[in-house]
Amino acid sequence: MVRKLSTILATAIVASAFALPAKAQDSIYVPLFTYRTGPFSGSGIPIANGMRDYLTMLNERDGGIGGAKLILEECETGYDTKKGVECYEAVKGKNPVMINPWSTGITLPLIPRAAVDKIPILSMAYGLSASADGETFPWIFNPPNTYWDGLSMIIKYIGEQEGGLDKLKGKKIGYIYLDAGFGREPLPLFDQLARDLGFELKLYPVPADSMQNQSSQWLSVRRDRPDYMVLYGWGALNPTAVKEAAKINYPMEKFISIWWPGDDDMRSAGPGGKGFKTLNWHAVGTDFPALQDIQKLVVDKGLSQAPKNSVGEVLYNRGVYNSMLIAEGIRNAQKLTGKTVVTGEDVRRGLETLNIDEARLKELGLEGFAGPIKLTCTDHNGHRPAFMQQWDGEKWVKISEPIEPMADRVKPLLEAAARDYAEKSTGWPKRTEPCDKQS
Amino acid sequence: MDILYSIFIDPFVQMGSAPDLLVQTLWEGLVSGVLYALIALGFVLIFKASGVFNFAQGIMVVFAALTLVGLYEAGVPAILALILTIAVMFLLAVGVERLVLRPLVNQPDIILFMATFGLTYFLIGFGELVFGGNPKVMITDELYLPRGSVEFEMFGGFVSLQKIDITAAIIASVMVAALAVFFQKTRIGRALRAVADSHKAALSVGISLNQIWIIVWFTAGIVALATGIMWGARSEVSFALQIIALKALPVLILGGFTSVPGAIVGGLIIGVGEKLGEFYWGPLVGSGIESWLAYVIALGFLLFRPQGLFGERIIERI
Repeated sequence: MVRKLSTILATAIVASAFALPAKAQDSIYVPLFTYRTGPFSGSGIPIANGMRDYLTMLNERDGGIGGAKLILEECETGYDTKKGVECYEAVKGKNPVMINPWSTGITLPLIPRAAVDKIPILSMAYGLSASADGETFPWIFNPPNTYWDGLSMIIKYIGEQEGGLDKLKGKKIGYIYLDAGFGREPLPLFDQLARDLGFELKLYPVPADSMQNQSSQWLSVRRDRPDYMVLYGWGALNPTAVKEAAKINYPMEKFISIWWPGDDDMRSAGPGGKGFKTLNWHAVGTDFPALQDIQKLVVDKGLSQAPKNSVGEVLYNRGVYNSMLIAEGIRNAQKLTGKTVVTGEDVRRGLETLNIDEARLKELGLEGFAGPIKLTCTDHNGHRPAFMQQWDGEKWVKISEPIEPMADRVKPLLEAAARDYAEKSTGWPKRTEPCDKQS
Repeated sequence: MDILYSIFIDPFVQMGSAPDLLVQTLWEGLVSGVLYALIALGFVLIFKASGVFNFAQGIMVVFAALTLVGLYEAGVPAILALILTIAVMFLLAVGVERLVLRPLVNQPDIILFMATFGLTYFLIGFGELVFGGNPKVMITDELYLPRGSVEFEMFGGFVSLQKIDITAAIIASVMVAALAVFFQKTRIGRALRAVADSHKAALSVGISLNQIWIIVWFTAGIVALATGIMWGARSEVSFALQIIALKALPVLILGGFTSVPGAIVGGLIIGVGEKLGEFYWGPLVGSGIESWLAYVIALGFLLFRPQGLFGERIIERI
């Protein structure tokens, strides 16, 4: 009996020894840093659902990417920088092909580690704006636009409302923001634009522990009477800001946000939020083949954590867009290297030569979902235009044509900021990574 | 010279030139203060009865509000949902007494304090498991809470009072008055204070420790529910409400951990102080000073009264 058991055990061990490498050969490990808990979960949950569901759909529909199954693992950061770095340390030994920190605060300490550990960081439309400079930051990618691009688009839009940028002279623009890495990120550009265009900038920082108690900031707004208000908020800060704005009768059509407020935020803000505007660069809704595949193959099969009615909402689709970039980076890396199972180094090359044009978007089942995007060795962002959308009380409605960022004003500042970062970071390496041809 | 003018003269010039804004700032400070006081009350109740700083008070606010909204979203009528939430808070009090406090009788205070940490993480996990982490909209109309505002013309400007804030102030005042009477005038209130002084002595004169703990945790649960409704109506019902509970710390430092009036007065001083500070002096240092100003105010008071404004002076022989 003992001999029989030993034989079975030995067979099992030998079988598993063969099975493990076979599994490893056919899989690619994609960790997802998410926050389904904590004070910022209101923003984190729909994004996490969208990200996970798109990649799950690829597994279900196509068996993964290029023959390699995607191994998805979430690490809960709670939007806490310390926990985010712990997540990074926990996953980096498992050969992740890329890290998506989903927090500017978490992104910043990971930037110096990425080149050392050979793991690319994808901070999609957040993080350090200057990391768009691929020469200085070969391992960091932040497509399709930076926070600085976003701010320049908002100012451009305000200029259009006033009849030209020159009309901003003498105007007052207020900036209410989460007093953290994310909210402080556009300040250098905001200061510069205020000097260049002659408007007065009023700052209203909101500490994280006052997100739900902003009456002081909005009293100051009432006193200062800015002509426009710009918002860079996250989590509970967004609905509270909209509620407080309504409370002091601030004209909602002059209250404009970066791209982060979601449907839940606006529902919490209540009827006073009607007219509030935000930037966006992708569609809402499910009228796209890829989204319908998600519904059919993931949501309907019970493989998603998303409530059915949340599929297609703005932050859910933001997560889908993020995962589309992940998937295309991996696919591109496979194409470049000829390998099925790619590494972080391969995916860095894949991202750097990303070229998602209209035809590719159609192949992906995302025609009309977002504009084309192309990254290069020097440009890790794309600096794509975004459009303005407005909350009509029930849903977001697109109200403008795409607004191009003010490249002439943003680019020199970005380059200077990148140089400054490299100079201040002792021993910052010069780029040695070769540049591949566009795929 | 300019800086001295900005600190000592300009804010008062602003107050004089726009008195309507001063009145509005004072009102906003009072409302915040009342709401801070409500959170602090929850802490004080449990500290009085058990000498334990209940770290779970913040999550109890979230849990109570989530239960109310969650039940409503599940199709339970609002008033019934409110009653059921009260019942849930009672069950929570019984559960805490049976599973957490009873096994820890006569253990050092630090053990009980750490147990409330455990309770916090349990409630976070349980709340997320049952209700999810998505923010929810507080039901106000359904609970017959008023919306909108009342505006008064004043000093050539206007002062706007939100009806929900007025309601919060009234509810908080009623709760405080009721608790003060409960503590001072009832048999249970006196028993409660006896338990706070000494578990053993209270037991020796026939006071049921278990019963007292259930009563006090249930009362703190009711206070948490009222707080959750009011804060939730101002923003949203989400786990972010937990952070607000931290605002009660300077209130408790200032008012004393054992005093119901202290929680109220402390709340009002902190609320008004931080709003005035942020509004008139904040711009001098780039604004956003509220989060630490409350502690500075509390520390200022502690220099003169280490036990807090209404706290009991404890003298220990060494």
